[in-house]
Amino acid sequence: MKLQQKFFHDFSKLGPLIGLILMVIFLGFMSDDFFTLDNIFNLLRQISVNALIAFGMTFVILTAGIDLSVGSLLALGSALTAGLLSGGMDPILAVLLGLLIGLGLGAINGLIITKGKVAPFIATLATMTIYRGATLVYTDGRPITGLSDSFTFEMIGRGYVFGIPFPVILMLGVFLILYFVLRKTVFGRQVYAIGGNEEASILSGIKADRVKIGVYALTGMLSVLGGVILTSRLNSAQPTAGEMFELDAIAAVVIGGTSLMGGRGRITGTLIGALIIGVIDNGLNLMNVSSFYQQIVKGGVILLAVLLDRKSK
Amino acid sequence: MANTPFVEMKGINKSFSGNQVLKNVNFSINQGEVHALVGENGAGKSTLIKILTGIHKRDQGAIKLNGEEVYFSHPKEAEQQGIMVIHQELNIIPHLTVTENMFIGKNLTYGKTGVLNTKTMRKQCEANLQKLGVSNIHPDDIAGDLSVGKQQMIEIARAISTNAELIVMDEPTAALTDREIESLFDVVESLRKQGVAVIYISHRMEEIFRICDQITVLRDGEYIGTENITDVDFEAIVKMMVGRELGERFPEREHTAGEVIFEVKDLARKGLFQDINFSVKEGEILGVAGLMGAGRSEMVETIFGYARKQNGRLYLNGQELTVKHPSDAIKAGIGFITEDRKSKGLLTDFSIGDNISLTNMKSISKNGVISAKKEHRLIAELMDRLKVKATGAAQEAKALSGGNQQKVVIAKWLGIKPKLLILDEPTRGVDVGAKKEIYSIMNELTKNGVAIIMVSSELPEILGVSDRIMVIHEGKIATILNRDEADQEKIMTAAAGGE
Repeated sequence: MKLQQKFFHDFSKLGPLIGLILMVIFLGFMSDDFFTLDNIFNLLRQISVNALIAFGMTFVILTAGIDLSVGSLLALGSALTAGLLSGGMDPILAVLLGLLIGLGLGAINGLIITKGKVAPFIATLATMTIYRGATLVYTDGRPITGLSDSFTFEMIGRGYVFGIPFPVILMLGVFLILYFVLRKTVFGRQVYAIGGNEEASILSGIKADRVKIGVYALTGMLSVLGGVILTSRLNSAQPTAGEMFELDAIAAVVIGGTSLMGGRGRITGTLIGALIIGVIDNGLNLMNVSSFYQQIVKGGVILLAVLLDRKSK
Repeated sequence: MANTPFVEMKGINKSFSGNQVLKNVNFSINQGEVHALVGENGAGKSTLIKILTGIHKRDQGAIKLNGEEVYFSHPKEAEQQGIMVIHQELNIIPHLTVTENMFIGKNLTYGKTGVLNTKTMRKQCEANLQKLGVSNIHPDDIAGDLSVGKQQMIEIARAISTNAELIVMDEPTAALTDREIESLFDVVESLRKQGVAVIYISHRMEEIFRICDQITVLRDGEYIGTENITDVDFEAIVKMMVGRELGERFPEREHTAGEVIFEVKDLARKGLFQDINFSVKEGEILGVAGLMGAGRSEMVETIFGYARKQNGRLYLNGQELTVKHPSDAIKAGIGFITEDRKSKGLLTDFSIGDNISLTNMKSISKNGVISAKKEHRLIAELMDRLKVKATGAAQEAKALSGGNQQKVVIAKWLGIKPKLLILDEPTRGVDVGAKKEIYSIMNELTKNGVAIIMVSSELPEILGVSDRIMVIHEGKIATILNRDEADQEKIMTAAAGGE
């Protein structure tokens, strides 16, 4: 009885990783192209945008919140950044301003939730629609093209450093920083505590509103960072960019074992979750499985992850 | 009385994964008897009840119902035989009416049509309440709008409506006001007259002496004995529970009060309390007494910055203090041990260590980065100082007994080296042994100059621990008494609004 419990407990921690490894081995057998360096880097680059958003989402979900607006926020942030670029602004400055805009839009989510006392699901459902609408108004429904030819800006989405795609380096860099923040800083500890019991946290002196606003702001910024990568890759900002991205991000967090009730979870799990989603897409593509079936498989994996997690409790 | 007891449990043994939690326990109860089941937390009371009602299976031993051996494998089966449990967390669905609550799971319908027979149910509900002598609950009231005491009555009435012959009440008075406790006792009395047996689980000795006929004591899973309540006194029971003489209930207290350290002027919050003026001295324990709902908890929550005050000023060491958030109070050196440990005091799913760290981030971090070394040292030091009994700092708080949980809460506040510590019902749900330890900690703190404000609904505790006693009546200070001039009667009179 006890051993069995312990097994499931350990399994739930390692479950996603084991699942990922099994999938990778399986695909290695099924497709000769899977284990090529090109394909691996391609896969990592594909997941980098979702992973960045999912990292932010991990913080939000740890506080027992949710952010549905990430996709729209990504589109709005990208469009505004593209607007600055096509206006001739220095690319580094434009990107930094874009990130700042993301931070601000995310903070607005946080303010509505904390000061307005609106449930996160409802608040971000509303801003999801508002941000998307604002994007369409700003772009007039058309892609923004004619961006800077600057090497720096091209680098963000298309560049390589020592043969590694730059978005991958960016994603891993952000991962390391956030891993440290969650594990070793006061802020990280407060994020967990709020998700565990907000009232008790406030009574222990934690400024819960401030932490929550910070968490949504962080997610907003990371979403725009993902948007900038996409914009650079396509050399244009699409008004429909990021549609349904919130679902992949939430899926990555949940597959990674973070509880939607808050207070429990790890960012490493989210990285693995994003990889699993990426591997499913990539592998099924290589095996020429129709994209219709891919969705069924993805949904099945999410269910499986949650069911295994339930079993361990 | 009948020769065969209604329920007889004999030689009950139970182990969980090799850990024996009940050793040869006996228990029997007659019809119309009120039988107290006492013991420190972890003594095995709940396990015994769970075995009686079929939630757990016994390893050894017999349970006889009216002389016949029974073997319940599910609480439903026990219910069918007339054994009902009223848990501390009530089984009430808040947005349903009293009638709907009473008939959950056994709705009356017209034949097999599935159409509810509301009229009859309403009538029966009324009859059930009347049978208990409860007149202030209406069948159409929304259950969630009623006080905890009334909700409890609904559950008892529900139990009777299924012809319960034995009702187990687990800490039934923990959340009741004094008046509600009185009506509960009336109900217990009428149950007794109807021949219903009651198992009464409680930490409150005063209540047990008032309403129980028999008392059975468990300690560490062992059966210590059963006595007629008239044959024993408080000391004897405590000795049976703890296994040794506890000595005085309250440790000796030296008066060490110094200068005034904390002062409250004209504090008010609309509809809750007003004109609150008082001060606390260094090394002093100020007891705050009053009836439940008098506004005491709201008052201390406001002082701590958890709720916005409407009016009033706070002074610490003569300096005015601006408290807009608990973090401001903590910065000034004020700690607050909340009344509701599970929902406001602890992160129950988190480790002991995490809980202790939470209030002490400043001292264990630099520029927002936590030093693992400093953290471990602080946690170890505080756990040691408070003698927290646990497998280690990584143990989850919810796995601890009430007393140990409370020690963890105190530990997390001692880390900030408080100048003023506010305790709201510090010994609720804490067993006798741990209670005394908590009083000793308070004494030790005051010896070092810490001022303490202690809100408590237990009069013996107020009288046994405080240097001065402030009595609150309907949101106003009724009187402030020195320890030597205070007695139970004076406090109760003031609390009830008398002169």
